[in-house]
Amino acid sequence: MVRLEEVSLQYGNARRAGPMVLHDLSFIVPEGGFRWLRGPSGAGKTSLLRLLHLAVRPSRGRLFVFGSDTGVARRAELPALRRRIGMVFQDFRLLTHLSAFDNVALPLRLAGRPEAKVAPDVAEMLRWVGLSARMAARPAALSGGEQQRVAIARAVVGRPSLLLADEPTGNLDDAQAERLMRLLKEMNRLGATVIVATHNAALVARHPGPALRLEQGRLIDDG
Amino acid sequence: MAEPPYRRPRRSDDLGLRHALGDRMLPLLVAAMAFLAALALAGSAGAAALVRHWQEGAAAALTVQVPTPAAPAAAPAEGERLAAVLAALQSAPGVAAARALTPAELAALLRPWLGTAGSDPALPLPAVIAVHLVPAAPDPDALQDQLGRIAPGTLVESHGVWVARLARLGRSVQGCAWLVLAVVAAVAVAVVTAATRAGLAARREAIELVHGLGATDGYIARRFARRATWLALLGGVIGTLAALPVLGLLAALAAPFTGPPDLAMLPADLLVGLPALPLAAAAIGFVTAQATVRRWLRRLP
Repeated sequence: MVRLEEVSLQYGNARRAGPMVLHDLSFIVPEGGFRWLRGPSGAGKTSLLRLLHLAVRPSRGRLFVFGSDTGVARRAELPALRRRIGMVFQDFRLLTHLSAFDNVALPLRLAGRPEAKVAPDVAEMLRWVGLSARMAARPAALSGGEQQRVAIARAVVGRPSLLLADEPTGNLDDAQAERLMRLLKEMNRLGATVIVATHNAALVARHPGPALRLEQGRLIDDG
Repeated sequence: MAEPPYRRPRRSDDLGLRHALGDRMLPLLVAAMAFLAALALAGSAGAAALVRHWQEGAAAALTVQVPTPAAPAAAPAEGERLAAVLAALQSAPGVAAARALTPAELAALLRPWLGTAGSDPALPLPAVIAVHLVPAAPDPDALQDQLGRIAPGTLVESHGVWVARLARLGRSVQGCAWLVLAVVAAVAVAVVTAATRAGLAARREAIELVHGLGATDGYIARRFARRATWLALLGGVIGTLAALPVLGLLAALAAPFTGPPDLAMLPADLLVGLPALPLAAAAIGFVTAQATVRRWLRRLP
């Protein structure tokens, strides 16, 4: 499902090289696997998630997602791979001009789902995250927690094969965080590979599982 | 109580382009381009029509000068030289009509050069015959030879040389008009490119997000192209409509050369070209936005 072979990531371009943020990472997360992604701030967790989300390509090494070597894959091949990945961003990244409904519907519409089949799934997903009364609200009218839940609904509505979450409980109360963890576990049980970056040690303690630990861009523990 | 079903806004605008590509500046600039293009098109069509008009007129007319018109013709039986030449012209194949100008008409023709002296009967002036030809007109050189034998010194003047010069001038004006059209099109491309780039910069985060969610380059480029096409079409229609009164005024000014002003009398290529302007503006909007967005998207993985 996800395989990294000595992957490094350096921001910048050929003319102006930026900092090296990930160094020689090698690990495998099998299909249907679950991993916590842990490490202090600046360890490279978000950069690793960006790599797995195909938002950047590795500077060195080989990254396989769904069996495709994404470092050398043609640009035109990547959108189809991205549509199989769900991503919960730390800063939500909701489109401010769209309603909660349309934000959640976006991945389905991008995948070409007919409109008649979009509405039931989106409504169900928003009901599940407790926002069925807020479908028409724009992000500016939602609280931080509500925006977080919309972002979660958008990430899972397309039933992705790979679900990535970057501090998904940061703006949720304990009850909502538990509810989210149940959703992630359920998706994992149904076959999705799930990788969750978090600082929340209590959450990890309540839901023990294998973890990838990063420090200064290096993998120091894989399991 | 059951919650009301959510209704999606009728016009989908996933990228928020209604704000990023506003409906004022781009249509206004494209309208200005379309206005200029309409004038250039009219200039080109007008010049072409004038050239045609002059050439048809020149091909259908000759002027014949007969010096000492009252003197006997080469063959005394033919009478005076003017009468002999007129008779020859009227019986020549290809001549529709031949008429000697009256002394008053001749004086009026000469007034710009000679003033009232042109009316002096003591001035030895040649007689001038205006000849109208049918389409299968005789060769002017052959006619000159024939008339010269009847009345030596007779001069046949074809209008062709002058008209050829005027036609060259007309074609130069036409070339300039096409050059202006090309420049206007290039400026329109630059305007749409700049507006699209501004839209890309304004919606960068949204574009990166939908790109990350799996949108193809084609999906994003289509969104921009659809908006740019509509705005350019709108600007094209406004600019073309704004040009119509000006074209009417120009047609009125050109009336002495082309006949009474009337929209139906506008050159056919102009009548075809004007409605095509908004479509051309829309095509420029579509192609330019597509190319600009696709080029910009190449910076994303």
